[in-house]
Amino acid sequence: MRLHEYQAKQVFDDAGIPTPASALAGTVDEAVAAAEEIGYPVAVKAQVHVGGRGKAGGIKLVEDKAEAREAAEDILGMDLKGYTVERVLVEEAVDFENELYVGVTMDRGEGKPVAMVSTRGGVNIEEVAEEDPEAIAREHIDPAFGMHPYQARKVVYDAGVDRAIAGDVASILTTLYQIWDDRDGSDAEINPLMVTGDDEVIAADAVLNIDGDAMFRQQELAEMQEDGEFSESELEQKADEYGFDYVRLSGNVGIIGNGAGLVMTTLDLVDHYGGEPANFLDVGGGAKADRIANALDMVFSDENVDSVVFNIFGGITRGDEVAKGINEALEQFDEIPKKVVVRLAGTNAEEGMEILNEDLVQVEGTLEDAVQRAVKNAEEVTQ
Amino acid sequence: MSIFVDDDTRVVVQGITGGEGKFHTEQMLEYGTNVVAGAVPGKGGQEVAGVPVYDTVDEAVDAEDADASVVFVPPAFAGDAVFEALDTDLDLVVAITEGIPTQDMAKVNKRLSEVDTRLIGPNCPGIITPGEAKLGILPGNIFESGDVGLVSRSGTLTYQVVSNLTERGIGQTTAIGIGGDPIIGTSFVDALEAFEADQDTKAVVMCGEIGGEDEEQAARYIAQNMDTPVAGFIAGRTAPPGKRMGHAGAIVSGSGTGTAESKIGALNDAGVPVGDTPNEVADHIEDFL
Repeated sequence: MRLHEYQAKQVFDDAGIPTPASALAGTVDEAVAAAEEIGYPVAVKAQVHVGGRGKAGGIKLVEDKAEAREAAEDILGMDLKGYTVERVLVEEAVDFENELYVGVTMDRGEGKPVAMVSTRGGVNIEEVAEEDPEAIAREHIDPAFGMHPYQARKVVYDAGVDRAIAGDVASILTTLYQIWDDRDGSDAEINPLMVTGDDEVIAADAVLNIDGDAMFRQQELAEMQEDGEFSESELEQKADEYGFDYVRLSGNVGIIGNGAGLVMTTLDLVDHYGGEPANFLDVGGGAKADRIANALDMVFSDENVDSVVFNIFGGITRGDEVAKGINEALEQFDEIPKKVVVRLAGTNAEEGMEILNEDLVQVEGTLEDAVQRAVKNAEEVTQ
Repeated sequence: MSIFVDDDTRVVVQGITGGEGKFHTEQMLEYGTNVVAGAVPGKGGQEVAGVPVYDTVDEAVDAEDADASVVFVPPAFAGDAVFEALDTDLDLVVAITEGIPTQDMAKVNKRLSEVDTRLIGPNCPGIITPGEAKLGILPGNIFESGDVGLVSRSGTLTYQVVSNLTERGIGQTTAIGIGGDPIIGTSFVDALEAFEADQDTKAVVMCGEIGGEDEEQAARYIAQNMDTPVAGFIAGRTAPPGKRMGHAGAIVSGSGTGTAESKIGALNDAGVPVGDTPNEVADHIEDFL
């Protein structure tokens, strides 16, 4: 789960990390009122889950009331990389001399958290990491002990942060690690961490992403998600409701399977045989008939889909349940809207084949044959 | 021969009284696995499928001389269950549970570095030595005893590749699903090292997927240390960057690390042929034997 900037800033501010004065606005009038209250100059910032908001026109610096109105009118409702902007954060513009980067993430290669500091803040840190990895100082943390105070100081000094502010930056990093640890963070970042002419250090942006598997013990943040999510596509919302792992893609061959690796492989084979996958849909392990029917319903409701391939290799998923679900989903139609190719293997596959209503689907014995047939079906529709 | 498990392995099932724990205990027993005990807090004294249940792993090990555990405990409690198994000095712990918070696994990972226990998983189908023992949820009937080792990050993809092998009469020494999470116990390199040392394993299949750098590390290991031939498969060639493809670990980051291209390139450079389809992987293995 990703928090919006305004939500992450709230969490950071509550923990004692200095942030600029700001207010959230959902309308142009609210935005202008907030700007008047805070005092100019202010930044008007789109609250959407996309990177590079500034470059895409989602952040504007304004000097007076007229400019504030204009910026709010431009940004509210705009489409930013496929997301509609529903809210802006109106924020005091900090007059800074330097921009730093501080972050905490999980280094999956090491299996340990890592704290990072760089004096090259304010730009895309992934680009810095690639072009000049030395510009980012790193310190691995033992998760059993947490970050020792000396580690925070060490990584700050290693990064070459000015001595006058090193103590403040180390203290902010310590707090950031604490937030990351307490909140089951996957990433916690401040970029830029602004340094003013008076050597004040202020978090001008805030990123806090939470491990989706830990939401059960992060109730407060889970509630923020319900408040803050507007922009997910309808299909993705539906997938969330059904509890499917689902990713929408740009092609026209709908794909349903069990197990992430096998579903990815099915996508790859669709591509290999000249088709284009419309989605990734993993029904998970042990799916019962109603879940299978829901999966078909989801893929049918995607208007891009011209044909469907169903690939199940049963381990804990049983072929008879899959067959029942497919029958259930298809028998409600007078005419099946899109051709469905089914390949069943593994646990109870034979029982499944006996149950499956072969008037409604096309059956293939191997993964390769099933994918090729579905690709051909899709081609026939588009011709 | 085989790696990590055989017909001497004595298994305690953690979470044996839950739906999945019970079902798969029955399946494991039916396959011939020595499931000697269950461990569930508060359920000591019960029996599941004829197997005695104890309150703690420690008691189960004392009473039944178990040396391995399989974890079917729900995600919120699974990190704790793995700790209990590690602190009980078992040789092997297989964690099936999907959805354990990553920070719990970071702590488990730290403890792993301090003990001699091997962890397989989490979020994995487990391990099977055909004809001897299976610890986990793999469907036993698709496996056949033979010469090929298999290690994979994904469960159902393992079944697919195994069935491609078995259909051609190519059996397996041991098959391991190492799991699709960002932090796991046994890595590709650990499994490859064991297969290389196993005299009965004549060839190895390695099924990777997008995300992380484990496959690249494995490629370096193969180039430097292995005489046993390896054939590979990488799932997720068509996955777009920034989207998690089911597994928590299966994601290509914005900066382009973890791509299928990088993994296939590394494997090819190490002399490992990578199949475009699971069936092509079986072709390569057939060529090796």
